[in-house]
Parts: sequence; C-alpha cells; structure tokens
Amino acid sequence: MNRKRPVNLDLMTIKQPIAAIASILHRASGVFLLAGVGFLIWMLSQSLDSRQGFEAVRTLLQEPFPKFALWVTLSAVIYHFVAGLKHLVMDMGIGETKEGVKMMSIGVLAIAAVLIVLTGVWIWA
Amino acid sequence: MGMMVRNVTNWGRSGLSDWLVQRMSAVVLAAYTVFLASVFVQHPDLTFAEWHAFFDITWVKLFTLLTVLAVVGHAWIGLWTVATDYIKPAFARFFFLIVVGITLFVYLVTTATALWG
Repeated sequence: MNRKRPVNLDLMTIKQPIAAIASILHRASGVFLLAGVGFLIWMLSQSLDSRQGFEAVRTLLQEPFPKFALWVTLSAVIYHFVAGLKHLVMDMGIGETKEGVKMMSIGVLAIAAVLIVLTGVWIWA
Repeated sequence: MGMMVRNVTNWGRSGLSDWLVQRMSAVVLAAYTVFLASVFVQHPDLTFAEWHAFFDITWVKLFTLLTVLAVVGHAWIGLWTVATDYIKPAFARFFFLIVVGITLFVYLVTTATALWG
C-alpha cells in the first residue's frame, strides 16, 4: 500500500450516501428525544394535575418559543417513528439491497418531511 | 459463546435480547403515538374535564404506563448503543449512562404519579 496516499477522514467534506444521512438522523433524533420525551411527560403531568395546570399548559403553548419547541419535539418523534418503521420492514427481509436501502431512505426522508410540515400547519394554523 | 462480549450495562446482556426488546418496545411506542395523535386530531378542542376523564379510563392509564415502560427500555438500549459507539473513556460513558438511568426513572415516576397520584 502506498503510505503517502491522500487520506481524507473529514466527515464534513465526505459526501454521505442518503442511507447514512437517514441513519444519523435516526440516531440524532433518538438522542434529542431523551429531552423531548421529558417535555411531553411534563406537559402530561401538568395538564392532568389540575384545571389550573391544564390551562397553564394551554397558555404556554400559545407562546412562540414553546410552540416551536413542541414542533421540534414532535418532528423528532415523527422522524424517529418513520425511520424505525424502515427497520421493521427490513427485518422482514424487504429492501435488503443497496438500491432497496437507498429507495427506502429517500422514502423515510420524504414521508417524515411531509408529516413534519403537516404538524407545523396543525400547530400554527 | 465463550468469546461473546459481555457488558454489564446493556439491557439484556446480549445483542439478540436487546434487538428483540428494541423492536417490541418500538411497536408499543408506534401504537401509542398513532393512538394519541388520532385523539388530538379527532378532538382538537379538548377541555380539562374531557382530558381528565380520558386519562381516568383504566386501559388508557395502563396503555400510557406500558408506553413509558417501553420508553425506558427503548431509550436505554438506544443510548447505550450510542454511548458505546461515541464515548470511549469508561468513566465518561458510565457517568452518561447514570444520568440517562436517573432521567428515565424520573420519567416513569412522574407518569405513574400523574396517572394514579
């Protein structure tokens, strides 16, 4: 092997295949959801605690930043959900080829994007 | 089997067990997500009385608790995998997993208290 061959391990300059992008987003959304689930459980707890707690959550979610935080959290839920379905489909032996993975990764990104936009419309409209 | 790498911090002490728990918990999480989303879509203007009555139904309480238990298992396995991949110093990895464990325990207690407290 030529020891002086050029080596590039800078992830920012390597063009990632679509499957790699879909996969790292699955991980990143999962890590984010450790906090995101906390936000959802906190809202559930407050809203069930009392009428005042319920109204406090309702009032909070009319503010711009909490609305955005809810949208980001639900976006992570949606992406993680759709990317997880891909795993379950592949466990059944479907799409276990290079082309199959590429097509399904595009499908995951597209379906998640549509659902995330619809959720944004539902939150702000 | 003799060469199988054992790690005291992974959920089922084996990759196959983790794989199965991750899929079973995923199905529970997916079902609850679709269920709750359909409630919000069908009832956009829930009042406190309706919301409270909904979570007074025994099977809704149990489904919610089951879902949080699924979150605990699913998040532990997922974050154990991520920590094992990216956090190389053992001390930092254990510290991270302790924080994850405490956080998930708080989520479980908070949900159980909200439902039955």
